Amino acid sequence: MTASDPRPIGEDDLHAFVDGRLDPGRRAGVEAWLAAHPEAAARVAADREVRDRLRARLAPVAEEPIPARLRIANLATPHRMRISRWWTNVAAAALLLALGGASGWVGRGSMPGPGAPTEPMTQAAVSAFRTYVVEAAHPVEVRADGSSDLVQWLTARLARPVTVPDLQAQGFRLMGGRLLPAGDGLAAMLMYDDDRGTRLTLYSRAGPSGGRGVFRYARADDVAAFSWIDSGMSYVVTARTDEARLLRVAQAVDAQVSGQRDGAR
Amino acid sequence: MDDLAVLIEPQIPALRRYATALLRQREAADDLVQDTLERAIRAWPQRREGDLRAWLFAILRNRYLEGVRRRRGIEVGVEALDTITDAGTDPEAALGARDVLDGIAALPEEQRSVLLLVAVEDMSYAEVAAVLAVPVGTVMSRLSRARGRMRAFLDLAPTIVTGHLRRVK
Repeated sequence: MTASDPRPIGEDDLHAFVDGRLDPGRRAGVEAWLAAHPEAAARVAADREVRDRLRARLAPVAEEPIPARLRIANLATPHRMRISRWWTNVAAAALLLALGGASGWVGRGSMPGPGAPTEPMTQAAVSAFRTYVVEAAHPVEVRADGSSDLVQWLTARLARPVTVPDLQAQGFRLMGGRLLPAGDGLAAMLMYDDDRGTRLTLYSRAGPSGGRGVFRYARADDVAAFSWIDSGMSYVVTARTDEARLLRVAQAVDAQVSGQRDGAR
Repeated sequence: MDDLAVLIEPQIPALRRYATALLRQREAADDLVQDTLERAIRAWPQRREGDLRAWLFAILRNRYLEGVRRRRGIEVGVEALDTITDAGTDPEAALGARDVLDGIAALPEEQRSVLLLVAVEDMSYAEVAAVLAVPVGTVMSRLSRARGRMRAFLDLAPTIVTGHLRRVK
């Protein structure tokens, strides 16, 4: 291949350039083209950086020795029909917010998103967040000093077993919780914080019955919220943080509450 | 069985890496890999000739998606994902560099997998197309979107407009 490949440079050439998949002739052509197109060159450089950072971040995993339990010889033992277990470990960290109380909330139509919270439950959760997250002295009613008292208290008040999501993997520690009036029933609000003092709340209550829903995103000024419904419960996580981080929290909570509930059957 | 170990085990480090990127939890990732390997062992007699790596990665991804569907029943709404990438200034981000895995986690799964398989696993575009069972053109458009979102997430480039570039066959 000579350096005089007549075909114009395309976006797929740029991807292949980033990924090192061009033959030398074509690569020279792309390099020459990039020299004359600084904006595209900046994009290519950025894509390279993303690629390098991803590889560096994940490289240690592949360099570890293979765990014994993943050796083929150890797996090929007779038909131990095991149900897929990976999600149960996701859920194993603990928790369940099976909150009691009759459901006063009927699911509305889907919230237009993204935008200001228009769905009543999200509004209630964001209001509660704004009210209590600024509290220095009494952000929570019951502190999580070992969290068993908190769990017992919530369980007693809600007349249902309650455990609490572990969000350590997301960088949040449990501060405690409080109960809030919500229609005919009660809502539970758990509060977490991280090392930087960012506070996060998980608001949950019964209703609507059945069904599952997508995560809904809402933002009101500097406060972001994800809400969803699952198996008769509604959840809202709220924080002043970026959406990607909050979404990870929502996914972690969801994995834990749904896993725990299924596991508890 | 020895054949099987000789062929499959060299792929295990990469399978663990992909599973870790999908799940972000090491223990859960190894459970997913174990599930994948068990499935592969059972399906081995029915396996057709072809790219072994693509076959294994496809099993892992399908097990992952199946687990997500069955256990959680919740998918991230499109609107949420769009918002994440358009979030603009982020007060928290000013305090330190963002974790590139957070950016990956915020992508729709189909874009996340394409970017991981291309950029981290060094698969050819055709191989990625085989894993995802989609045409190569779809792989390229997902790759393009994934990279645009990652640039925005990591604030690496002010624009992701590429309209002036011509696409070629």
